[in-house]
Amino acid sequence: MTSPSSTGSCLLSLLIFSPLAAAVVAAFIRSDRWLRWWTLAATTIIAVVSLPLYTGFDVATSKFQFTETANWIPTLKIQYALGIDGISLLLVLLTTLIMPLCVLCSWNYIQNRIREFMICLLIMESAMIGVFCALDFVLFFVFWEAMLIPMALLIGIWGGPRKIYASLKFFIYTMSGSVFLLVALIALRLQVGSFYIPDMMGKPYSHEFQTWVFLAFFISFAIKVPMFPFHTWLPAAHVEAPTAGSVILASVLLKMGTYGFLRFSLPITPWAAAHFTPWVMALSVVAISYGGLTALAQTDLKKLVAYSSVAHMGFATLGIFAMNKMGLEGAIMVMINHGVTTGALFITVGIIYERLHSRELGQAAGMGKRLPVLAAFAGVFALSSLAFPGTNSFIGEFMVMAGGFKFSQVMMILVAPGVVLAAAYMLRMLQKLAYGSTKNPDHSKLQDLGFREVVTLAPLLVFVFWIGLHPEPFTRVMHASVENLLQQTAQAPSASGLAVAQTPVVSK
Amino acid sequence: MAYLPELVLLAGALVLFLVTLGESRTALAKQVALGTAALTIAASLAAFYQEATLFSGAYRVDIFSQMLKLAFGCGFFLILLLSGKLSDIREEVKPEYYLFLTISVYGLVSLVSCIELIALVVALEVSAFPLYLMIPMRRERAGQRSQMESAIKYVMFGIAANGVMFFGMSYLFGLTGSTSLPVMMAKLQPIMTTPLVITGLALMFCGMFYKLAIFPFHFWTPDVYQGAANETAGLVASLPKIGGVAILVRFVSLSAPDNRTLALLLALLAVGSMFYGNLIALMQTDFKRLLGFSGIAHAGYALVGFVALEQIGYAAAVYYIIGYLFMVLACFVVICKVSDDGVNVSIESLAGLHRRSPLLAVTLAVGVFGLAGIPPFVGFMGKLSLLSAALSKGYLWLVIIAVVNSAIAVYYYLSVVRESWFRDPGERQPIRLDLPTRVLCVALIAGILALGVAPARMLVTISDSIAKATAPASAVPVAAPQVTATTIPGASQSSLPDGPHLRP
Repeated sequence: MTSPSSTGSCLLSLLIFSPLAAAVVAAFIRSDRWLRWWTLAATTIIAVVSLPLYTGFDVATSKFQFTETANWIPTLKIQYALGIDGISLLLVLLTTLIMPLCVLCSWNYIQNRIREFMICLLIMESAMIGVFCALDFVLFFVFWEAMLIPMALLIGIWGGPRKIYASLKFFIYTMSGSVFLLVALIALRLQVGSFYIPDMMGKPYSHEFQTWVFLAFFISFAIKVPMFPFHTWLPAAHVEAPTAGSVILASVLLKMGTYGFLRFSLPITPWAAAHFTPWVMALSVVAISYGGLTALAQTDLKKLVAYSSVAHMGFATLGIFAMNKMGLEGAIMVMINHGVTTGALFITVGIIYERLHSRELGQAAGMGKRLPVLAAFAGVFALSSLAFPGTNSFIGEFMVMAGGFKFSQVMMILVAPGVVLAAAYMLRMLQKLAYGSTKNPDHSKLQDLGFREVVTLAPLLVFVFWIGLHPEPFTRVMHASVENLLQQTAQAPSASGLAVAQTPVVSK
Repeated sequence: MAYLPELVLLAGALVLFLVTLGESRTALAKQVALGTAALTIAASLAAFYQEATLFSGAYRVDIFSQMLKLAFGCGFFLILLLSGKLSDIREEVKPEYYLFLTISVYGLVSLVSCIELIALVVALEVSAFPLYLMIPMRRERAGQRSQMESAIKYVMFGIAANGVMFFGMSYLFGLTGSTSLPVMMAKLQPIMTTPLVITGLALMFCGMFYKLAIFPFHFWTPDVYQGAANETAGLVASLPKIGGVAILVRFVSLSAPDNRTLALLLALLAVGSMFYGNLIALMQTDFKRLLGFSGIAHAGYALVGFVALEQIGYAAAVYYIIGYLFMVLACFVVICKVSDDGVNVSIESLAGLHRRSPLLAVTLAVGVFGLAGIPPFVGFMGKLSLLSAALSKGYLWLVIIAVVNSAIAVYYYLSVVRESWFRDPGERQPIRLDLPTRVLCVALIAGILALGVAPARMLVTISDSIAKATAPASAVPVAAPQVTATTIPGASQSSLPDGPHLRP
């Protein structure tokens, strides 16, 4: 790999550190009203500032762009290295897009300790952008872990009735995953001689070494995704978190697991990834069916959406480990789409909760009759979530299925019921919400969506249809990087990663 | 000039002695102690790049010792700020408390410069005896009478461990005919793998294991933490451990470069400490006892660095323990301020701290998350460098045990965060902080963050200084200690201009 070089652009540093600076300013603002406006302005400006990443992005190359390097801790050979490629670009943009919406959806929901809340949100933004931009493993790990504290505080302080349990469970799960990541990163450092991530890719590690590193990666990332059976922290955390916390969790944090697979597992340990593919695929299929079935049984709206997340992220891991172009690009699209759609659904649930002070589906039955605008938004996002053609999720899931079909037809047949389940649980929710039955609770006193709430949901609605009808601007940026990733994966001796039949041959 | 920190502390101790002769001079004693601490920091900075030897080479001032003296000076100052009005010390002995504190710090400051066993033992005792006296200075009252028991435990274990250490030293003296560490190092090299040397070294380490509270020399730790006044426990938990690590660096480097038996011994003790400390900490309800057991675990982490038997590992251990000073003091600040009238603090009584005093809650969170090893705090960088050192020597199993232990530890650290951040204060009143405490809190948070985010300069300094400090006297004739004493500073001075320069 090329030696680290700097392009002189400091856009990524700006994006990472401006939320921190905004948080410092927020610490000195006394008025709640100004705090909200300040955070909204800061996150919106950051979102606008991040747009040149897209316009200035060279789609023809798979190299890292907007790179920055500086020595950080020379004794330990740790660098401050940043850069993005086609895989991380959209995730960075998704993060900057979601954050102003998080501020908007907390506008009235959060009533106490607003300053601390906004500071937590801003620190989260810094850390999340940092994770997607870091090209030095230690830097990556620092951002990865730095996210834990503000997220645990978001859940633990502003959460629902079982917030303490949910917060600690989230923290302990993620932390125990990342200690293995720490071992893996030290082991890689000793093999490679630096923490620079591109240097770690495509090295002829022994099979045994790859296996151990892959497993360490896998535990850490599978907990973050979360993959079945590591998912149990997710429903608790989602249900108890405040709306903004749920949105951040669903839209960005879960993507870090799949991003980890794409950035580390596949290019650094290609042989082991190919070796373990059948198992990961099987877990993904289980996650899709399990998530769907469990979502079908939920009466709590947030739990329903949370379990649907497990199923959707199953599609993402399925696409990643199909290890072909269609599957990988589909997986990245699923990640983005899930961020848009599930984020929107959580905001919608938050809006319902603010009106009813309950998330029970039975309480919300028939709300659509009184609140048509809400029902319309909920309808579109629910359809998007079940991958209705013309919406964003259809593109992603279709590509994943197409990629997966090349990998193993049997598995795709097993996935099919999961797709039907998605329609079942989403339409069930939508039917209840919009029409209910003759015994609906009285909703006559409820107000329909206000201007702020429409503004919160509208951008996501735009993306639902934009990606759904014209995905080319989004897929365009990832082609080169995905091709490059596939080449790195194929470097595994004799493992093309395309055919499951070859895997046993490789393993011995 | 080179001995300025020691001289300042000695002068301070003398003045304090005069102050204690009078009646009720607590406020004056405190001011003298604070002044001494501030001057010690200034003196350490002024003498940072000085090199000198004293007493026929028994006492050496080099960058390693000066850096640690600076750490002791800072720690001394922070502990004085932390102890506030010494609310739980008997009124009539408060001035003496400051005197003993200063003498103990003086002992530590001279300890890190000793490179000869007899001088080292003297300095060690000078640093330890005041602590033995400070523990029973706690007020007696109903439900709080364990300070004597704690003090006796501390003394008995300390003397027993020292006895074992002297016994080991006598072996090594018998083998080498010298008490000077550089000379011993050179003479021990050829006979390194003989059982006698290994026994002697292992026994000699025991004294430091006691200071660090390494399993199985830890039994005093939780009881002393619980029985001593909060301020005293903060002192016992922090400064002597830096001294312990510093001397352990000198001792362990006697067994370098490759002594598999001793490395294995260190590794096993590290594993024992980590598991013992972390597992028992899970059960604690008293915050000081929890910190005591977590301290045992952290000593185990520090020992992981020594297993590498290499300069990089020693540097990691020193860096880690200096970071630990800041983290554990952050916790003790909270203990001292939350405690009503100096009683022990249970974890439950931290409930709602974020409403009672946001700054204290932030300090506690930073300290505890730092101890848990979460970036960007110093605990993470420390662990990363320790584990890198161990893994570079192939101790994968040890590294995995260490990270499993950090995962276990997260649980009890989180229980502290849970109480202080997620629970309601109930009836408890808000805590008002005076200005020195606020400054202290901000300084500790800044220290924990700065050491974690920008440790580059410090790591280089530690690493270089250890390379010089642990060099064997092989390049010089090993005939007499006097000769080595005159040669070594000359050799080190030649490379002085290359080092980074710090403006005092």
